[in-house]
Amino acid sequence: MPLIVEKKPEVLITEDGIRTDGRGPLDLRPIKIQVGVLSRADGSAYLEWGGNRVLAAVFGPREVHPKHMALPDRALLRCRYNMAPFSTPERKRPGPDRRSVELSKVIREALLPSIFLERYPGTAIDVFVEILRSDAGTRVAGVTAASLALADAGIEMRGLVTAVAVGRVEDWVVVDPNHDEDQWGDADIPVAFLMEEKEITLLQLDGPMTQEQFDKALELASQAADLIYEVQKEALRRPYEAVRLEILRRGE
Amino acid sequence: MLDERITAELVGDYIRELAASGQRKDGRAFDEVREIKIRPGTFTKAEGEAWVSLGATQVLVGVKADVGTPFPDTPDKGVLISNVELLPLASPTFEPGPPDENAIEMARVVDRALRGSNAIDMEALAIKSGELVYMIFLDMYALDHDGNIIDAFALGSLVALSRTRIPVVEVTEDGEMIVKEETFDLPIRDLPITFTFIKIGDALMLDPTLEEELVSDAAITISIDSSGRVCSIQKRHGSFRVDEIKRAVSIARSKYSEVERILREQGGLV
Repeated sequence: MPLIVEKKPEVLITEDGIRTDGRGPLDLRPIKIQVGVLSRADGSAYLEWGGNRVLAAVFGPREVHPKHMALPDRALLRCRYNMAPFSTPERKRPGPDRRSVELSKVIREALLPSIFLERYPGTAIDVFVEILRSDAGTRVAGVTAASLALADAGIEMRGLVTAVAVGRVEDWVVVDPNHDEDQWGDADIPVAFLMEEKEITLLQLDGPMTQEQFDKALELASQAADLIYEVQKEALRRPYEAVRLEILRRGE
Repeated sequence: MLDERITAELVGDYIRELAASGQRKDGRAFDEVREIKIRPGTFTKAEGEAWVSLGATQVLVGVKADVGTPFPDTPDKGVLISNVELLPLASPTFEPGPPDENAIEMARVVDRALRGSNAIDMEALAIKSGELVYMIFLDMYALDHDGNIIDAFALGSLVALSRTRIPVVEVTEDGEMIVKEETFDLPIRDLPITFTFIKIGDALMLDPTLEEELVSDAAITISIDSSGRVCSIQKRHGSFRVDEIKRAVSIARSKYSEVERILREQGGLV
């Protein structure tokens, strides 16, 4: 029996396009990212995105167990998306369910095109995405954090992958749906881009949309990804920037 | 990353030699606990939580509350369910899957420390005798494993439980359940603190790092309550002499107030 009872807001979006959290249709929720947060992982990233809290870690390239899974010409990329039992309003039973198995697969396939797997034949690269707190858009938060964890691990990549969701609420196309919109909105479209070439590496759609709305949604997703990409790059640079400043300080 | 078992083999002799001359690789005294930090912020959807680091070891503990039927032999007591997840992101040697014997042992040792000291007032968690009680889920999540996860779990559990606020639930005469807006603090009656020692040769070391754990001959975990009583013990691998166990208990008791002070200052415990 859940102790938290959810109520549907009376208005999801006003006539002027004001959303339940006060944002306009094109506004992203605040995003904060930190890389290199875990000592034992080869690469890691911690991401806060609205009320989401996500931890991503990368191990590898390392030996493949079981051995028969190893690929002779490239690395094996494995991915596990997992929600913590305390990440949801009602406790989630630990362990994989059908949703997390699917999300693990689409996240892996979102990251796959970004990695030069052929540089690491016969090895495994393991990506772990842990959702500590969920607040709509955990898979795109997971992809965004995981790509940085791969970069932090020093894996050779074509570029970063940036993901964002767009949605439809009544006649509005909105960027980065919040919990209410995720729960009671009309459509949800998570998208990931390989930013160098702006190739789409993840695309799902849930809910009806006209051709015009869909075109607009992809356009807005692309624009939002550009903004998130800057936050990612800044997070990746920050530890090195700290070292550079320290060297300059000591030189004086 | 080099397999940690190979690393342990390489530094093992060095750690053993240091131990014989009264030293540790990170320069700590044998009875010195690594720095305890409680990270400020909100990281979960739990009713109580704590992100705790013990040196480089990091854990996240969340407490979720629910209601359900009590166990038949304790109709007037709430239910506490403790669970440990050794996440694969915490260590290259942790694998995905259901909790293994180590995870289950850790969860049960932390659980016994809480029960052995009556840390939670379980009677206060009954709503309707024999029918409805609060259920407390204590989920301990290992994020970064640099040794002695169990003490980090125990510390994190105390902080998370002490911060737990639960919605008030009432049952009407018709048997209908009502969840109210108001909340109450989970009633905490004691603060059992857990101390883990390892043995290397004749040396007893408190709060081992991962390297120390891997070369250790034996390990034991001891919990002390606020009146200095021992409230749970778990000998883990290896063997100890009686005098060594007595010494470990006496060191644990002498360290209690120091760790308790850190919990109160950083964890906001009253």
